[in-house]
This record gives sequence, C-alpha cells and structure tokens, in this order.
Amino acid sequence: MDLMEKNLELIEVQKLEGHTDRVWNAAWNPVSPILASCSGDNSVRIWEQSSLSRSWSCKTVLEETHTRTVRSCSWSPSGKLLATASFDGTTAIWEDLGDEFECISTLEGHENEVKSVSWNASGSYLATCSRDKSVWIWEVLGGNEYDCASVLNGHTQDVKMVLWHPTLDVLFSCSYDNTIKVWWSEDDDGDYQCVQTLDESSNGHSSTVWAISFNAAGDKMVTCSDDLTLKIWGADISMMHSGEGYAPWTHLCTLSGYHDRTIFSTHWSSEDIIASGAGDDAIGLFVDSKQHDPVNGPSFNLLLKKEKAHEMDINSVQWSSSKESRLLASASDDGMVKIWQLETIP
Amino acid sequence: MVSGLINENPTVYERKERRVRTDSTNTDEDIRDPEHPYSLEQLKVLTEDSVEVDDFKSYVRVTFTPTVEHCSMATIIGLSVRVKLMRSLPPRYKIDIRVAPGSHATEAALNKQLNDKERVAAALENPNLVEMVDECLSPSFE
Repeated sequence: MDLMEKNLELIEVQKLEGHTDRVWNAAWNPVSPILASCSGDNSVRIWEQSSLSRSWSCKTVLEETHTRTVRSCSWSPSGKLLATASFDGTTAIWEDLGDEFECISTLEGHENEVKSVSWNASGSYLATCSRDKSVWIWEVLGGNEYDCASVLNGHTQDVKMVLWHPTLDVLFSCSYDNTIKVWWSEDDDGDYQCVQTLDESSNGHSSTVWAISFNAAGDKMVTCSDDLTLKIWGADISMMHSGEGYAPWTHLCTLSGYHDRTIFSTHWSSEDIIASGAGDDAIGLFVDSKQHDPVNGPSFNLLLKKEKAHEMDINSVQWSSSKESRLLASASDDGMVKIWQLETIP
Repeated sequence: MVSGLINENPTVYERKERRVRTDSTNTDEDIRDPEHPYSLEQLKVLTEDSVEVDDFKSYVRVTFTPTVEHCSMATIIGLSVRVKLMRSLPPRYKIDIRVAPGSHATEAALNKQLNDKERVAAALENPNLVEMVDECLSPSFE
C-alpha cells in the first residue's frame, strides 16, 4: 500500500472541550476506546466513545489528587491502570474500576517536577523522569505496591521524556541537555546503566529533545526537538533479542524545514506513519519514501501538513492502536483535545 | 534573594513622550525593574526598537539588555516581560524573549531557559516567583 499515491486528508472527527488550561498530553487506552488527557488545570480527563453514537464524551475527571500541572499520562499494557506524572513531584497510579477511577498509589521521590512516565512492555516496570535530572525505575509488585528499583543519573539537565522499548527492557530518555540516553541492564539483574548517549557528535540534536517514539518492530525510533528537526535512528535489535549484547543506535536521517517552531511531540504509527506536533500549531505526517539508497540510507517524505490544527501550540500527538481506523489524538495549549481521522478522499 | 543590589547605580534615561500606538506595541512599557523604582524603559533595558512585532504572523520578539553583564535578575526580567505580553496579547501570538547578543555572561543558557515553555509554566506555578513578577508588573510606581 503506497500512501503517497493516495489522496489523504486529516479530518477532524471531534473536538473534546472541558479542560480549563492547556492540555499537555493525550494517551489512548491500548485495549478499549478510551482516551486520557492531562492538563495545567491539575486534572486528568477520561474520554470514552459511545458504542451507539460513536461520539466521544468525558466519562470522568480525576481531580483533587495532583496539586499542580499534570504533565503526562500513560496506560499500562493491560489497559487497567493509568499513571499520571505531575509538576507536584509525584506520579499517581489509578485503577479503572468501571464506574470510576481510584488512585491506588502515589510514587514519591523526585526532587521537583515529574515530566514523564512510561510502562515497559510487560507492565512489570515503570519509569519516571524529572527536572531534577534523574530517571527513576520502579518495580511493580503485587498488591498495589511499587518499589523504587533504580535512580539513574547521567543527564546534565531537565529530563523531558522517558520511554521503554516496545519489546526489550531497554529504557530511553531525552533531555534539555540535547541528548538521548539509552539505559540497559546487561545481566538482567535490575542494575541499569547508561550504555549509549546520542548527542550532537552522533548526528544528534542541537537543542532540547522533547520526545521519542518507536516503530512497531522496535528497530527504528524517531525523536523531535527544539532544534526544529525530527531525527530517525535505527539499531540491529535482533542482536539484542538473541542475547548477543548491546546493539547501538545510529542516526539514519534528519527531517528539517517542516516546522518553524519547537516540535514538542512525535508518534510512530503501527502502519509506519510518523506524526509530529509543534509550536507552529501544525501537525505533520511523514512516511518512508521506500527509496533504498545504500549510501544515504532511508529517507522520509512529508505525507501532509495540517496547518492551524489547533489555535495554539500542539503539545502531544498520539496514534490510536485501533485496527479499524487511523485515529490521531492531539492536545494543545488552547485547552482542546482533538480526534482526527486519516482518510482517503475521493 | 541577594542581599546587595546587582546594580547599585543604574544610569537613568529620560522617559520618552509616548505616542499613540496599536495595543500590541504598547504593552512593553511600564515594567518595573526588580531592583529600582524605574521602568525598564527608563533604564534602557527595553526600548521601542528592541521589540519586533509581526501582527500578520502573530509573532513578537523582545530583546532586552540587562544593565550589567552578570545580572542575576535577568531571569525575572525576562519572565516578567513574557508574562506582561501573555496577559496583553491575543493567545494566537508566539512570543520569543532574548537578551541582547553580547549583553550577558550566560546569554545562551538564559535564552534557552526563557524560551522553554515547560520551564516557564513550572516557574509560574511557584508562588514566590509569581509574586516577584507581579511586583515588577504592578502599575503604580511613580
């Protein structure tokens, strides 16, 4: 299926209103038609799609827990738990009890604002990061217990995002220090070390790196930055799957000239479409050009750019994992969450 | 808070006669210096020329010049300018704040911090900082 040959358009399905301050992040539940969003209004909103009308409405508001901005939210792989990271220095874990959500645990430890939280593929570990420059790994024990397993130091500035690899227990973090760090426990004994730093000398970013996203196979990743570029990286992870040791990530290509303001978010869909959301209020969609250049490696083309997708900066773009439709959620400083569908127009 | 002032004896310039202008260029006046009862305009920290506005593109860039190279008040000044603009301009505006090239010892670090939206948001949730900013932005100081 060659997407470039089709007449594709990003159609706005619905605008979700309710937050009373900027929305920082949106996250799709991996198993149900549910979307979580978190905001500068200190709350988290859970939006659900009605099976009858197919429209989305706010099912519940999680408030009175975080005392400051909720910066990011992430569903556990089972879809039953939601982790929320806040400027108040804590990360809350919520359980979906059907009618309501209950805060079953609060992870404390960071010295200041927590910026991001991520579950590993099996749901046995959580990672958080903060302006305190550290990355914390938490072990998920039974009975709503969470234990700090590791405090990882290495970044020299504010850490903006953490993300576990989709298939391996390898952790990635990106920072205001312009680098991306890879953390791995070689002996699988929980002793994580920084095994690689992707900085400017590795063809990396020249300013704050805001987000990371992996393709479904986990052998490629995209990062976005205040330097106005997106960068694609690759690694031979089959080597890691077969236990032959660490396979380093290398720069494959840089996408520049598409956004003229900080790119805050990027997400790689299961169909290999990369979405970007930036301070220029636009959403960009990119696809592999499929031109196998042995010298320069892979290259990506702009599929489409949705200008003025929001009235203010876009902080988050997330593809739904739903097989039925190509749904994209976007969250903005304008207080809105929007749901888009990528459709072929006749 | 520092006990001594960063700049004991700032040079004070004549306050210019204000011409009638559009709203978007009027908003940088009357921001009080954090240390002295003078406006940033009077201390030439900000001038009319240091503000670049493009209303069509909804863009504004303010360049400010601290009176001393090692000014540790620069963050407060930059933050106050940003807050004043945020409160005065329509939400569609993109705002960039920077120190005049060559005017501060840690120019690059300062510019980066002043333009990191997340850092600014977190700072503005700090009641002490907000109080200092509001002091700089309070209208009556003459």
